[in-house]
Amino acid sequence: MNELQFLTWVRGTGLNIAVGIFLLGVLWRLIEIYSLGRKKDLAAPRHVAGASGWHTMFRRSVPPAGMLKRSPVSYIGGYVFHIGLAIVVFLFAPHIKLIESLIGLSWPGLPSQFIDLAAVVTMAAMVVVLVDRINKPVKRYLSTFEDWFTWTVTFLPVLTGWLAVRHLLLPYTTMLALHILSVEILLVVLPFTKLFHAFTLWGSRYYNGAVNGHKGVPV
Amino acid sequence: MSASLEKGVRVLKEMIDAPIASYFNSCVHCGLCAEACLFYTETGDPKYTPIHKLEPLRRIYEQEYTLLGRLKKVLGLSKPVTDAELGEWQELVYNSCTLCGRCSLVCPVGNDIVYMVRKFREGMAISGHAPEGIVEATRRTVSTGSPMGVTMHAVKAQMKHVEEETGISIPLDVEGAEYMVLLSSMEIINFPEYLSAIARIMKHAGKTWTLCSTGFEATNSGIQIGVSDLAKTIVSRIVEGAERLKAKTVISPECGHAYTALRWEGPNLIGRPFTFKVQHILEVLDELRSQGLLKTEGFETDRLTFHDPCQLARRGGVIQPQRNLINMVAQNFVEMPDAGKMNWCCGGGGGVTAIEPAEALRIEAFKKKKSQLEAVKPDRLVTACAVCRTTLEEGLEHYQMNIPVVGLTEIIAEHLPEQGA
Repeated sequence: MNELQFLTWVRGTGLNIAVGIFLLGVLWRLIEIYSLGRKKDLAAPRHVAGASGWHTMFRRSVPPAGMLKRSPVSYIGGYVFHIGLAIVVFLFAPHIKLIESLIGLSWPGLPSQFIDLAAVVTMAAMVVVLVDRINKPVKRYLSTFEDWFTWTVTFLPVLTGWLAVRHLLLPYTTMLALHILSVEILLVVLPFTKLFHAFTLWGSRYYNGAVNGHKGVPV
Repeated sequence: MSASLEKGVRVLKEMIDAPIASYFNSCVHCGLCAEACLFYTETGDPKYTPIHKLEPLRRIYEQEYTLLGRLKKVLGLSKPVTDAELGEWQELVYNSCTLCGRCSLVCPVGNDIVYMVRKFREGMAISGHAPEGIVEATRRTVSTGSPMGVTMHAVKAQMKHVEEETGISIPLDVEGAEYMVLLSSMEIINFPEYLSAIARIMKHAGKTWTLCSTGFEATNSGIQIGVSDLAKTIVSRIVEGAERLKAKTVISPECGHAYTALRWEGPNLIGRPFTFKVQHILEVLDELRSQGLLKTEGFETDRLTFHDPCQLARRGGVIQPQRNLINMVAQNFVEMPDAGKMNWCCGGGGGVTAIEPAEALRIEAFKKKKSQLEAVKPDRLVTACAVCRTTLEEGLEHYQMNIPVVGLTEIIAEHLPEQGA
């Protein structure tokens, strides 16, 4: 298989397989988790403004009082790389074109120089949080193979995409093919690893907010 | 697999619901929950990271409720939970967790970690891995009616004592009273001021109230140990008593876990809503205050601060009443850093005070409270939970800090106008 055949495969069959596994995987995992249900709380509720599942879904995006100071790298590093990823994935013009070709929706993108900067900042933030994971006793203690693996499969698409756009290291066609392949690996892995928090965090925040909101505690 | 382990695993499987599944899938191992836990912040030992305390439960979830986990189990690739492991986890699930729930308020993905610890304890207890101290306390509550072995005789002796002291008769088993008042063993034994305060306040407010001979004990170590069956037995005594006496409101005493056990877990334990209202004494006092039925005179002039019991504030939703009340009688009230729903635990809740091997760790964890107190330097420390009070007194004594601890209800009672007393 030469580089062009490789690119053709990742753009065709490879993409179909990856998107298929991703969609079915997400659907399966959501059913597997949320069909377990929960018991109704029979205690008389206490109603307090701002204490509900919906509030917590949004409120928990902001660090609770005192926490930013206790763990600045987690919060700042976390914000930067999540927002950076969102910018690079959804506001880079070629990505928007791809999404348009798949589902017909499109929106304006950002200039490629800005995306380039965002990619570099994102990668830097990811390296910082990785170093933090290695250095901080609690993070290192909690870390398993999955943590290092998911970091890698998240990092590679950003790195290969940036290298491809910059025409660095490998011929453009090869790097682009590798970029698409790395994204496909990410899609396949996402529903079955901790990366699935991208979906479940909303449910988790909702439950936490609802359970505590029932007692009148806005969390 | 031993029979008890098998039972434990079965119970844990039953405990797992959609919230728990969602929580385990959301954890990204960021470790921020550790920063919220005084057992970690004061020791620096990563094994006290709250989410780590649930590792055996997480594996049971994965092995039983996920496709990949089941596949791994069939192929013999997963590590089953063993008796030895649960034994090792006792220290993490009981000794170093007061069910304070601070971790649940900081987790960025929204995991309610304490919700899971509470459920994990059900499996730990049934498989024989609950600490001896809490097992004993629960056994005593079921057999004698109180975790400290206090019987109705002791309550009657205290009633008599209070009647002599205040000249107010203490009603017992009165049908149709507005309030049915509960006590905690700790109050009966260590803090008789509480009952005396209630008698004076109720007389002042002109409210009818009663004690109940078949349901006087409010504490429920069944929820601390994690045995819902026993917790149900204990809470049922109060429910039956309140319904027999047709009380409108049952007043939970100055005890945090008693409030959680009755107010929030109670109806779920017995499987139906209550026919009466449950209020913490501070909620009742604040309500009387807002109705103009509770008036005080004079002020405390020394510097007071308030320790929010976790089960009352963060886990119970009673946050403002104590502040309204204390401001009625204190001129120099200062808040500790993180006061209110983010307050730090005294280190003794969740049954921890009943676990002897946990004592050294509890004293270590108390350094958090010590630093909070050093920030405001109060003359006295006010609280509204008998277990907090004892834990605070022990911790303060250990660190040679001369700060008396008082219950809020008794301070209010001391400021009742003379003619009402």
